Order: sequence, then C-alpha cells, then structure tokens
Amino acid sequence: MKCIHGVYSLGMSISHTLLGLLEAGPSHGYDLKRAFDNHFGHDRPLHYGQVYSTMSRLLKNGLVEVEGTESGGGPERKRYAITDAGITDVGDWLSRAEKPEPYLQSVLYTKVVLALLTGRDAAALLDVQRSEHLRLMRELTRRKMGGDLADQLICDHALFHLEADLRWLELTAARLDRLASEVRS
Amino acid sequence: MSQNAPTAPTTPSGAAPLLVASGLHKTYGATPALAGADFAIASGEVVAVMGPSGSGKSTLLHCLAGIVPPDGGTVSYAGRDLAGLSDAGRSALRRGDFGFVFQFGQLVPELTCEENVALPLRLTGVGRKEAGARAAEWLGRLEVDDVRHHRPGQISGGQGQRVAVARALVNNPRVLFADEPTGALDSLNGERVMELLVSAARDTGAAVVLVTHESRVAAYSDREVVVRDGRARDMAGAL
Ligand SMILES: Nc1ncnc2c1ncn2[C@@H]1O[C@H](COP(=O)(O)OP(=O)(O)O)[C@@H](O)[C@H]1O
Ligand SMILES: [Mg+2]
Repeated sequence: MKCIHGVYSLGMSISHTLLGLLEAGPSHGYDLKRAFDNHFGHDRPLHYGQVYSTMSRLLKNGLVEVEGTESGGGPERKRYAITDAGITDVGDWLSRAEKPEPYLQSVLYTKVVLALLTGRDAAALLDVQRSEHLRLMRELTRRKMGGDLADQLICDHALFHLEADLRWLELTAARLDRLASEVRS
Repeated sequence: MSQNAPTAPTTPSGAAPLLVASGLHKTYGATPALAGADFAIASGEVVAVMGPSGSGKSTLLHCLAGIVPPDGGTVSYAGRDLAGLSDAGRSALRRGDFGFVFQFGQLVPELTCEENVALPLRLTGVGRKEAGARAAEWLGRLEVDDVRHHRPGQISGGQGQRVAVARALVNNPRVLFADEPTGALDSLNGERVMELLVSAARDTGAAVVLVTHESRVAAYSDREVVVRDGRARDMAGAL
C-alpha cells in the first residue's frame, strides 16, 4: 500500500480521513491513529505528530471541537468530537469526484471505506467517479478521432489507464456488500 | 411528439426525446431482468447503456426496440406507445425506423455482403438495382467496399461488423440499436468500427442506443446510463 502514502503525503486527504473516522464517535488522538492504521495504514502507520497537527488545524477551522481534556494537559489527552460543519465537510469530500490521475485508487478506496463506515452511499460515490472518468475519456476520444498518429498514441495511453481505474470501480461496486461487512466488523 | 405522452421527460441535453421508456419491468421465470427502468434518448444523441453482465442491458434494448414486450411500464417512440401498435405495426417500425447491430452472427451466410446490406431495403420494397447501389455506397462509407461480393464466412470479424453497421444504417433509421457491437473484436478493429458507426450516425442524425460494458467504447457516447439490478440510472445528473 505504498501508493496510499504517495497520495497522503499531499496532506490533503489525511484531514478528511481523520475527520471521517471521527464521525463514528468522539475519540482521542491515539485512538484515531489506531483506527487510521487499522483501515488505511497497513505497512506504514501514521505518525502521532501528523495526527496532532491535523487535529489542531481542524480545531482552528471549526470542523472538530474538544469534548473534554483529562488531567495532564498535553494534546494526547484531548478528546475530539466532529462538529456539524465537520460532518458537512466529510460529506462534500465523499460526494466530490476526484481528478482522474495515477494512483487514484488509494484515495477512492479511502473514500469508499469512509462512506461505508459513516453510513453514506458508497455506490453513489463510485457512480460519480465513473462519470468523471468517462467525461475525460470522451474528451480524449474526441481528440484522438481528430488527431494524427502521435495524438492517437498519446491519448490511447491515457485511455487505457483510465479504463483500468474504471474496471477497479466496477469490481469495487460489485463487492461493496462484502467490503461493508469487513470494515464494520 | 412526446409532449402528449403521459410523462414528458426531457433528455439531459434538454431536447425532447424521440424514444422514452418509463418504469419498465421484465421477469424471466423467477429472474427479474428489469425492475423499474427509465430511459430517454433524443435524435442525434449517442447514449451508452453500461453495467455488469446480467444487469439487464440487452433486455432494456429489446424492450426499447419493441422486440420484447415489457411486463410493466411503457415505451413510446415519436409519441406513440409501442404497446398500442399491432405486431405488424411493431415489425414495420423495426424494419423502417430502427437499425440493429449485434455482437456477431447477424449476417445471412448465403448472401454476399452487398446483398446483406441491400436486404433491409429490399424488404421495404426498394428495387433490386437501387438497393444494390445504395448498399455499395454504404459499404464504401464503412471502408469495406472491397468485400462487396464476399460471403460473411470469407471475411474477418472486423469487416463483418462494418458490413453489419452498413446494413443497420442503409435504411436511414431514426434509431440505431447496437448491442456490444465491438464485443468480439480486438481493440484496433473495435475502435475503427466505433469511429465509423458514430460518425455515420452523426451524419444521418440517428439516435444511437449503444449497449456496452467497455468504458473505451462508451467513451464514444454523449452520455451514459448505468443499469444495475434491472434499474437504469442516468449519470448526467451525477456530478
Ligand atoms: N430470454 C431469456 N430467458 C431467460 N432469462 C433471460 C432471458 N434474457 C435475459 N435473461 C436473464 O435476465 C437477466 C438480464 O439479462 P440481460 O438483459 O441479457 O443482461 P445483460 O445484457 O446486461 O448482460 C439475466 O439474469 C439473464 O439471465
Ligand atoms: Mg447483453
């Protein structure tokens, strides 16, 4: 699962992922890290530092709040809860199609798991992504039909990669029930 | 046109649809093939019908084309309910207004390619000579005029599908139904067939109902409808 970290190093989806995990119920930073590693970390667990810096950013943006602090003070003692704005933010992220690009499946996998964990419509999320992929594939197909051999070969390369993503989307859609029972267990 | 239909949906492009299905149900034995499928297509549109194998794509196409009567729901073509037509009326529609391309096995093996393409014209009363000339012209458009006098068993799969597309379009149909038209071809041949099919349909203004489970084929469409568990979902509103 190296590619997951390739994408997470962009920083963008880690906050959405932690926020989504928090939707299941208030949690300490340490438990959030454990939930993340359990679902998405695999051979490369998250650093505590990343959790705490992310939580303080989410706090500042009003997407989480501190529900309680145990004696001792430090950040690891805080119990975080998601706010209504945070729930909306997770929902927006899950329903928004990702820009088609290599290694996308790790972000999509994360979204599917979070949708299942938070009781949202994972099939709809995959449908939205399929549309976005097909939109780009149509554009490339048009360019290819009007282009010379070089255009055709360049577009074909992209088309075959997008097709691979789409096959993954279809296979995942067909296995949602099984994935749902696995992530919830 | 369909303004008079009980439900007058528009296609996502805003155009009034030529062919509309609503609430289609079809059950084979205990198998529900369609369970409330809706569909609409306007003239000049190419719509891909996608979905996994067994999801009901071909059944939807057969109901839309009046080949199979649905157990429930309606199909209306140019404002007319197909269920209100006689069998003869539906056959006339299929011969005159609709064209068909299937995955394979649709050419008559005893006839030459040109005779195969001329056949739909002959069936609607066009004379032998004129039918032959129009068939030859369509074979040229599909870049297979060199196999005019061959029989289907003497040509490649890719050539056979081009002949089948020529035969489907020779009547100037208003709706072309294509069910996995490239399903038996390699990528290069499949692609060429799609290019020729779509550009010929665009020239004639026919609506194309393109059933495919392949995304690279669906990429030749204007929009996609996804069939899952017998229900059709129009993806134009998904984003
Ligand atoms: N003529 C038929 N007799 C019995 N069952 C059928 C018939 N046609 C289709 N089915 C069943 O209906 C379902 C949908 O089939 P079909 O429309 O061919 O799906 P698709 O084209 O998407 O693969 C499948 O379960 C299939 O086995
Ligand atoms: Mg089929």
